[in-house]
Amino acid sequence: MGSIATTGNKGKGVRSDCFVTLELTDQGGIQLQVESKVAVMYGDEIRKEALDILDFFGIKHASLKIEDSGAISLVIAARLEAAIKKLITTDKNRHPDMLNENHYVTAKDRNRFSRLYLPGNSPSLMINAGIHKPDGIILDLEDAVAPEKKDEARFLVRNALCGIDFYGAERMVRINQGERGLEDLEYIIPYNVNLILLPKCETPDQIHAVNDKIQEILNRQSSLVTGHSSLVIWIMPIIESALGVINAYAIASASPNIVALAIGLEDYTADLGTRRTAEGTESFFARSMVVNAARAAGIQPIDSVFSDVGDMEGLRQNVIRSKALGFDGMGCIHPRQIVVIHETFAPTSEEIEKAKKIVFAFHKAHELGLGVVALGTKMIDPPVVKRALNTITLALKMNKLAENWRESYEQI
Amino acid sequence: MSKSDKLVKNAAGRIVPTVINGKPAIPYMGVGKYKPDGYRAAPKIASCIDYPADGNKVLPSLKEALLKAGLRDGITISTHHHFRNGDMVATQIFDIAHELGIRDLMWYPSASFPCHEPMTKYLEDGTIHHIEGSMNGALGRFTSEGKMKGLGVLRSHGGRYQAVQDGEVHIDIAVIAAPTADPFGDANGVNGPAACGPLGFALADAQYADKVIIVTDNLIPFPCLPWQINGNYVDYVVVLDKIGIPEKIVSGTTEITKSPDRLLLAEWSAKFCDEAGLIYDGFSFQAGAGGTALSIGIYFSEILRERKWKARFARGGSNKYLVKMLEEGLVEYILDGQTFDLDGVRSMRENPHHTHTSPFTSYNYHGKGNFSSMVDIVILGATEVDVNFNANVVTHSDGYLLHGIGGWQNTLFGKCVILPVPLFRDRMPVIRDEVTTICGPGELIDVIVTERGIAINPLRTDLIEKMKNSSLPIKTIHELKAEAEKICGVPAKPKFTDEVVAVVKWVDGTVLDAIWKVQVTGDQ
Repeated sequence: MGSIATTGNKGKGVRSDCFVTLELTDQGGIQLQVESKVAVMYGDEIRKEALDILDFFGIKHASLKIEDSGAISLVIAARLEAAIKKLITTDKNRHPDMLNENHYVTAKDRNRFSRLYLPGNSPSLMINAGIHKPDGIILDLEDAVAPEKKDEARFLVRNALCGIDFYGAERMVRINQGERGLEDLEYIIPYNVNLILLPKCETPDQIHAVNDKIQEILNRQSSLVTGHSSLVIWIMPIIESALGVINAYAIASASPNIVALAIGLEDYTADLGTRRTAEGTESFFARSMVVNAARAAGIQPIDSVFSDVGDMEGLRQNVIRSKALGFDGMGCIHPRQIVVIHETFAPTSEEIEKAKKIVFAFHKAHELGLGVVALGTKMIDPPVVKRALNTITLALKMNKLAENWRESYEQI
Repeated sequence: MSKSDKLVKNAAGRIVPTVINGKPAIPYMGVGKYKPDGYRAAPKIASCIDYPADGNKVLPSLKEALLKAGLRDGITISTHHHFRNGDMVATQIFDIAHELGIRDLMWYPSASFPCHEPMTKYLEDGTIHHIEGSMNGALGRFTSEGKMKGLGVLRSHGGRYQAVQDGEVHIDIAVIAAPTADPFGDANGVNGPAACGPLGFALADAQYADKVIIVTDNLIPFPCLPWQINGNYVDYVVVLDKIGIPEKIVSGTTEITKSPDRLLLAEWSAKFCDEAGLIYDGFSFQAGAGGTALSIGIYFSEILRERKWKARFARGGSNKYLVKMLEEGLVEYILDGQTFDLDGVRSMRENPHHTHTSPFTSYNYHGKGNFSSMVDIVILGATEVDVNFNANVVTHSDGYLLHGIGGWQNTLFGKCVILPVPLFRDRMPVIRDEVTTICGPGELIDVIVTERGIAINPLRTDLIEKMKNSSLPIKTIHELKAEAEKICGVPAKPKFTDEVVAVVKWVDGTVLDAIWKVQVTGDQ
């Protein structure tokens, strides 16, 4: 370990972040320099917290410079802790208090139409992510973080899980592949993550390794903190290779805490030796495999992201195709994609009208004690009824239908 | 002469000077409380005898025109800001004054821009004594640090007209940059290489200044039509190679926002207007220039199109988006005070439903009415808002003066004033216990829209009632403030010295607030 460490970001266009330069010295106490665009409002607070953190880690002599572009407290703390841990070895962790709002759990079958990717080392994108109401947010430790920033991103993601309110979105983290991914879990499992995205999943063994590690952390944790061991942490494997596609069902059914199976097409098409096209012919087989594997395992199939954030119509068409293939949701890389994805995955007005008729007939038949549902002279098959019931449930969830629709329906 | 003297507490509870640059000033008394009597100022009577019968008032250089107009120590020189950041005329005036060793001028622009940063050197060397108008960016910083010799005075566009007509400010020489003019001095802003749209900000200057110089780079034979400025007000005409940088005049800074957070603010603001019943067939709105305000126009368009409604008029700041609404028939008239892009200029030139306005017609508080109070929906920005809905547009939370008032104060008289603002910028909460500087009294500000909730002014019981069952997140302003502070922490207040560096005038000429010299600390 050297004696100088830097973490964070600075420069033009950097917002809500800070750059920390820490040098351990032999004597002279703490030399602290804070340059902040919010110095007038928060300069004293930044200074106080920096000294607290150094003290917490037992650092008595150091030169510390914080160049702040308006970072909130938990970001500065993450940057400083990351810098400290580049220089010293310690078992201590200093995370912010967990917000009361962040203690929620998520249901296995909840809606997962949209999940918004947030680069794990970019605080400015995290703070307001929840206001756009995605079904889930993904703090990404993998591809969205530059290799040399992957260590410091862990502290930021941990602090975000503790201190940022995502307003009810399912709290997901995409960990790295392999051994690094298992280490990532140490920074997220104790902080009420709802779901782990597992990239480049090719065999059930990878799931088992992650689950073993989760269990190990929870066991360790439960002796220290109460209330965490009972949490269920869901897993969403991402299929991104030919081998993954071939093993899709084995992966999807590898463990009961797997709730969805996603596909990542950039890596997959590269693995095939082809390119991604707008029509998606090259990935048709893989997408269908993922849909079938997920359905066979009773979980949700989730489609890849649409990467042109300026093309809302293209996105809409893409979602229509995705829905037609049988997918239940899709990744987003920009908050404005969320609305389009929700609107398009949601049942259409025609679908809802049709479902209302069937569901109404179903309830009527039930009330009359009839075993068979009929619309006029036409018999309705049970799977059709089931689909209609699903449509109504979704329409209710999406506020596209009033809870009491049957009352008004009856009057028509 | 002291910069300011005799401090008192005004009706807004702020400490303000009653002597400004040696002249008496009236403290703010409340909205609609101060009513002056007496007569307006009047310019000197001129006579045709002194002007060429052939109508040719052209002089060979700006320097000669300034000298003939009586350039000397201690006078007031005015300019307008229709060229925004592409203005090449204002600094030339002071280059000439500096070269001639003239001192202690007062610069009276209708607004200043980053391109006016060179004025700081003239403020430093004494060529310019002080600025009344707006002090943006570097000029604001200079003022805040107490470096300006005189006291800065900030006025709204309407307040600037009022100050001139009421005799508060006497303009000795008005220099009016005009994209097209004839030798008699008739001028407009809709034609020529530096076309900027209207010239309304120069109207008071033309009407009331002792001497008026038109500067153009597009001289055409008489008559120059339309004559937005009449040559009958004009003393001299000067032709320069180039008076403005077109791409900076029509700056393109007025694009629809791509920020998802700001789009959300726009969407909620439009939804609020709709749910509160503020949008109807024949309504009117003020279209701001900011990205968020522009996006609200897009949402308005969707609503109007769907219901086959029209806005009777939109008050601009026009730009391509508003012009599109006009041309699509979603808006019947644009009443335009300034034009932000070439589509706006073209539309004003070609479309009789797109007319130029001046601060006299739209904003002047000491007139027989003005139309800002007729506008249904006004969308504005703010740097800070306090729990009493008072808002600030000129200083930042660190105490520095950075912006002018523009038409902001004047438009507060609209029927529903909505401020879409982020709850915090980086780590700076926008909602405070008390604003650093009051520019608008809370009683005129109705709704604050943030990305985490919408607060309605408790005075607007009608709006609160209408939004009772809204799907939008209606919260109290205190709840919003608490939410921001939970995320950012509680901000400390800026530390000031006891020296006043500038004042904010209210629309009636009274002193609404003072801006204090900042304490410059070690760390920035």
